[in-house]
Amino acid sequence: MKMKQQMLIVAALVGAVQIATAGDITGKVTFKGAPAPEQELPLDPGCGKLHSSKPKTRFYAMGAGGELADVFVYVKDGLTGKTFEVPAVAAELDQKGCEYMPYISGLQVKQKLSVKNSDPLMHNVHTQPAAGSANKESNKAQMAGAKAIDYSFDSPEVFLKFKCDVHPWMFAYVSVLEHPFYAVTGKDGTFTIKNVPAGKYTVEAVHRKTHPNGKGEPKEVTVGADGAKVDFVIEKK
Amino acid sequence: MPRSDYNPWLHRFAVTTALATLGLIGIGGLVTSHGVGMAVPDWPTTYGYNMFFFPISEWVGGIFYEHTHRLWASMVGLLVVALTRWLGGNKSRRTLALVGVSEILAGVCVFALWPQLKGTGFFLTGIGGVVLLAAMVPARSQPASRTLVNLGWLAFVLVQLQGLMGGLRVVLFKDQIGIIHGMIAQLFLLLLCLIALATSQMWKRLEEWKDVRVPKVVRSGLSIALVLIFLQLVVGASMRHQHAGLAVPDFPLAYGKVWPPLDDVSLERVNQQRVDSRDFKPITAFHIVLHLAHRVGALATVAAVAVAVWRVRREMNPIPWLARLAMLWLCVILCQAALGAATVWSNKAADITTIHVIAGAISLVLGGILLAVTHRLHLVHESGVTLVQRSAHGKLSMSGQPASAV
Repeated sequence: MKMKQQMLIVAALVGAVQIATAGDITGKVTFKGAPAPEQELPLDPGCGKLHSSKPKTRFYAMGAGGELADVFVYVKDGLTGKTFEVPAVAAELDQKGCEYMPYISGLQVKQKLSVKNSDPLMHNVHTQPAAGSANKESNKAQMAGAKAIDYSFDSPEVFLKFKCDVHPWMFAYVSVLEHPFYAVTGKDGTFTIKNVPAGKYTVEAVHRKTHPNGKGEPKEVTVGADGAKVDFVIEKK
Repeated sequence: MPRSDYNPWLHRFAVTTALATLGLIGIGGLVTSHGVGMAVPDWPTTYGYNMFFFPISEWVGGIFYEHTHRLWASMVGLLVVALTRWLGGNKSRRTLALVGVSEILAGVCVFALWPQLKGTGFFLTGIGGVVLLAAMVPARSQPASRTLVNLGWLAFVLVQLQGLMGGLRVVLFKDQIGIIHGMIAQLFLLLLCLIALATSQMWKRLEEWKDVRVPKVVRSGLSIALVLIFLQLVVGASMRHQHAGLAVPDFPLAYGKVWPPLDDVSLERVNQQRVDSRDFKPITAFHIVLHLAHRVGALATVAAVAVAVWRVRREMNPIPWLARLAMLWLCVILCQAALGAATVWSNKAADITTIHVIAGAISLVLGGILLAVTHRLHLVHESGVTLVQRSAHGKLSMSGQPASAV
């Protein structure tokens, strides 16, 4: 019993030291060039009633200075051999106004993802992993008011697609990683990857449209006690 | 009813079945054009309902197209089973009963052994029940000719295979099954049109044209054009089931060039600038090459059909309606080429793309009918020649019946 207590104390100390030497990776992603114009969503009458204005596609959510939102930024290399506890809290994906919210998100391998339907109409939740992915494709009905459908994925994958075939304009991308060090840029193009242990890493910024093959912009960073800062500029091809 | 007698009701029923199948292909085209093939996640049930009792109020969005396709397909299935029973006469009842019972048993086995494939179990028991009912229909009738009976059985097999493949495409998530489903649909329609043709009075009357010689060059020209049309349909089905949208957005050039660059940087540029509310898969070099192959194939097909039609008009002028049918075929092919261009110019609008699919099916059918008619005329002529030769040798009188294919 005493031995067990000692081990727990050591583990707690190691954890505390790690947090003490961990820092945030922060930065900003900007896009250089004029993006393709967005399209109005071809909502059917049922979905149209849920909107006061006509929503558009969300491929390039950009600020006036080119600040690019919905970029998935994550630690790509530097964590090999390390394992991380799976968060007990489920990630969430909601279907609201016949759109997926959020459009881009992330979670850890085996973490629960709860897909809700907040709409007063039915959807189908169709997961489409990339070709060659170990994750399985699935397609489930979700009626209005039905309870959330839970998913978890066994294999890491950037931009695993969720779509609704009843309303073909509804889609979202969920990236699955083996660790918790990722972030999605906000409307101002900034991101914060929290509590990254000190060390050298490759951080990649990947955007669904600017990197259609899933290969993003990699950058080397060194995280110290005060974290690290890295900015990305994505240029129009 | 004697074997080769013309039965107008059988012919009308066969024509109805063929038209229903063309409609089914059209609805199938709408399903793919709208990208809603997976809008109903379960099969053969629809959102857990028996598909025939799915509430109409829920036929919304993509469900409307997919569910209508399933219901229409069920109707075509019923029509084909009835057609098989009619063509096969009373003799077919035993076989139908055996097939029906076997399918019900197979369905029960699937339930017991592979519960994860319960959809297939439902399908087999359901279709088995329908087949068994067809076997129990007491109407007495003589079978049609052996060839027609066999064609009926082929349609019977194909319609069930099509139903099974359509369902498996949904539950197994295999685009490849969708491509094969689309290809067999075209051949199935052609088969039903040939059955309708062979049950017609006109088919019987072809025997009156035994003096008309059909040169081999006419039949081979038609065969080549028909094969090219089918290949075009195969490439078209493959393009549609890539779910990558329009791989080349301009026509007659491709990305402003005769042959567009296919390197990674160029493809990345294309995909960056491509915005569509359905967020298609990124375009790859394969998609572009497939698209361009369809364009080159279209040129070859139009040329082949034009040559075949020219030969028919030149060689077959004693039969004016045949020449007119050939001209109609050429017109449909030219419209089809124009529809292909319109598909690109409209950014693959669902209605235009679907009409393109339907016109493709009609092209195949018209070519198939022309080939079947010329082939029959050839057989009739050859049998007449043989009879004359035999008569000259004192072996047979001219009163003998000419050999006929069907």
